[in-house]
Amino acid sequence: MDLLTTPFLTGTANGAILLMAALGLTLTFGQMGVINMANGEFLMVGAYMAYLTQQVLGTSGLSILIALPVAFIIAGLLGLLLEVTVIQWMYERPLDTLLATVGVALVLQQLAQDIFGAQGDPVTAPSWLGGRLSVFGYEWPHRQLFTIVLALTALGALSALLKYSSFGRQIRATVQNRQLAETLGVSTRNVDRLTFFLGSGLAGLGGVAIALISGTNPTLGTAYIIPAFLVVVVGGVGQLKGTVIAAWVVGVATAFLTDRTSGSTAQVIIFALVVIFLVIRPQGLFTVRTRSLA
Amino acid sequence: MTSTATETSGPPDAAEPETSDEQPSKSLTPSLARRMSSYGSLVGIAILAFVLLVWAPSTLTSFRLGNLGRYCAMALASMGIGLAWGRGGMLVLGQGVFFGIGGYAMAMHMKLEAAGPGGVPDFMTLYGDGTMPGWWEPFRSGPFTVFAIIAMPAVVSFVLGYAILKRRVKGAYFAILTQAMAVAFSTLLVATITQTGGFNGLNSFSTFFGHNLFDPQVQKNVYRLAAGLVIVFLVILWQLYRSRYGELLLATRDGEERIRFLGYDPANVKLVAFMVAAVMASIGGALFVPIAGIISPLDVDASASIFLLAGVALGGRASLFGPVLGAIAVGYGRSTLSENFPTQWSYFLGALFILVVLLLPGGVASLWPMLRARWSSSSEPSRSSSTGDDAVESGDADRVAPAATS
Repeated sequence: MDLLTTPFLTGTANGAILLMAALGLTLTFGQMGVINMANGEFLMVGAYMAYLTQQVLGTSGLSILIALPVAFIIAGLLGLLLEVTVIQWMYERPLDTLLATVGVALVLQQLAQDIFGAQGDPVTAPSWLGGRLSVFGYEWPHRQLFTIVLALTALGALSALLKYSSFGRQIRATVQNRQLAETLGVSTRNVDRLTFFLGSGLAGLGGVAIALISGTNPTLGTAYIIPAFLVVVVGGVGQLKGTVIAAWVVGVATAFLTDRTSGSTAQVIIFALVVIFLVIRPQGLFTVRTRSLA
Repeated sequence: MTSTATETSGPPDAAEPETSDEQPSKSLTPSLARRMSSYGSLVGIAILAFVLLVWAPSTLTSFRLGNLGRYCAMALASMGIGLAWGRGGMLVLGQGVFFGIGGYAMAMHMKLEAAGPGGVPDFMTLYGDGTMPGWWEPFRSGPFTVFAIIAMPAVVSFVLGYAILKRRVKGAYFAILTQAMAVAFSTLLVATITQTGGFNGLNSFSTFFGHNLFDPQVQKNVYRLAAGLVIVFLVILWQLYRSRYGELLLATRDGEERIRFLGYDPANVKLVAFMVAAVMASIGGALFVPIAGIISPLDVDASASIFLLAGVALGGRASLFGPVLGAIAVGYGRSTLSENFPTQWSYFLGALFILVVLLLPGGVASLWPMLRARWSSSSEPSRSSSTGDDAVESGDADRVAPAATS
């Protein structure tokens, strides 16, 4: 059983991290067509927030729980800052946002390196996360369970927000038809800003989970940004359920392939599979139906 | 064609009566006047050829010349990016893959040369059991290597491009897929240490097609080859840009649906540009190896691919000279800055991306027509008719935003 359970559980936890990285992307990409390559660096910011909170509060049980809102808000504010200073001037040419945010990512990485050093810092899991849960003979670390719970909570909160709050309605309206939403009195500028805040904040939360599993590192975001984007594209841009399914499938498939082959071979195979999938279904798993040509 | 149509409204109205007889011909085919003005580019190519091929080898030290050769190799890849991205609207974030295909092909040949007939490259006995994988064998042959440097990227880019472009994957999707390709490629290289040298890549070469690489004269000739190919490809691109295909490519960039409705298949148009860009990157990579003396996953991964893009963005993606001069400038900036302030370089490159993309999307190349238009609008009207044709040429650089037309 271990051959099945272990990669399944580990993969689900990895998928949960991917999901948190991808949720923000799917919102901003789906809604504004903005390709935020700096999103990976918001993960990194979140991870360093976990580290800093732990430096301040010690490794007591609470520091991680306090790190979550801190990471959410700091990463979210950084995202807001990025939107206001750079991205809002470029909505006319979304492809260029990719390049500008690559620049932002470079600057943020170097900044983290100058502040915290090129070496990563460890983040110790509090005692209540140090244990393991026995599942079908596999000793499953609590940290991974925590990651999944965190991702599901974030997902639940986000979908509730999108579905029931008036702000969520405005976001969905903007995703489906920006001009029409504006006509109906939705301030798409405000929606854009808040979406960016939310998306970046979610990445910050993901960063805390990453910090618990693999510690911090200035370049930690680069490992996640491309998989996260692939998840978004496979899931269908702007589609939460598609993103969830894609993140989970990619996470579990990677874990299974890593088990059979090696980490890098698994990555290459996953990329190849994603390309093949997109050739067959360029619009992703789910799509927002529009009548636009492009 | 769309750019021609919009640019004809660019010159001040005062010039309208004088240029009106030229308008119809201009919107159909490149007019004579435009052809004449595009010969101005030939003068530019000649000047660049003089600087790169005559002035530089006679004045620069061999170290500086080697650096310039490296920038020339990268400029070849950047020119390809200019074609695919600036003219074709395809943001290629994975040119490192093709750069790497050419680079590794050349490096494998040189490695086998160093190992001697029947020999096995040193790293294979170091990391592995000393047996050479069968697919290395053909690279013993020089002609095959040269063939592979051109054919492999063409085949790979054809298969990939055909699959992706025919399914109308474009814009950000295209960019992300190509970047994923670069990540996968470099990951694969790192993972196959016994076959490709892994993270260390391939290095310590001694000969280049039989010529001793430590001989300064040979080094100079390798540089001449790289610089000469830059000039050759500038001429090829110049011709390509002014051909009907060049017009079609621009039109596809600016209004893909319109081109489709006119009966063309935009995927084929873009596929050609993508393949040419891939081959150019591969040739650049192949020349990079004997000059730099190494090729490793770090030279071909996602960030290396983005680095290639930086010069293109700075110089002006849609212009003929922008990518070349941009690549040389960024390469030079990297060498000097990272020599003196290693950490500042990242800030500089990051700021360069942000500022250029934000404030000057057409790159430095777009400054010239801007200044010229401003200058000509203040001088007598008869002047602006002559500069108007230039604006058509360089106007492409201004209109880099594909979304603006939709």
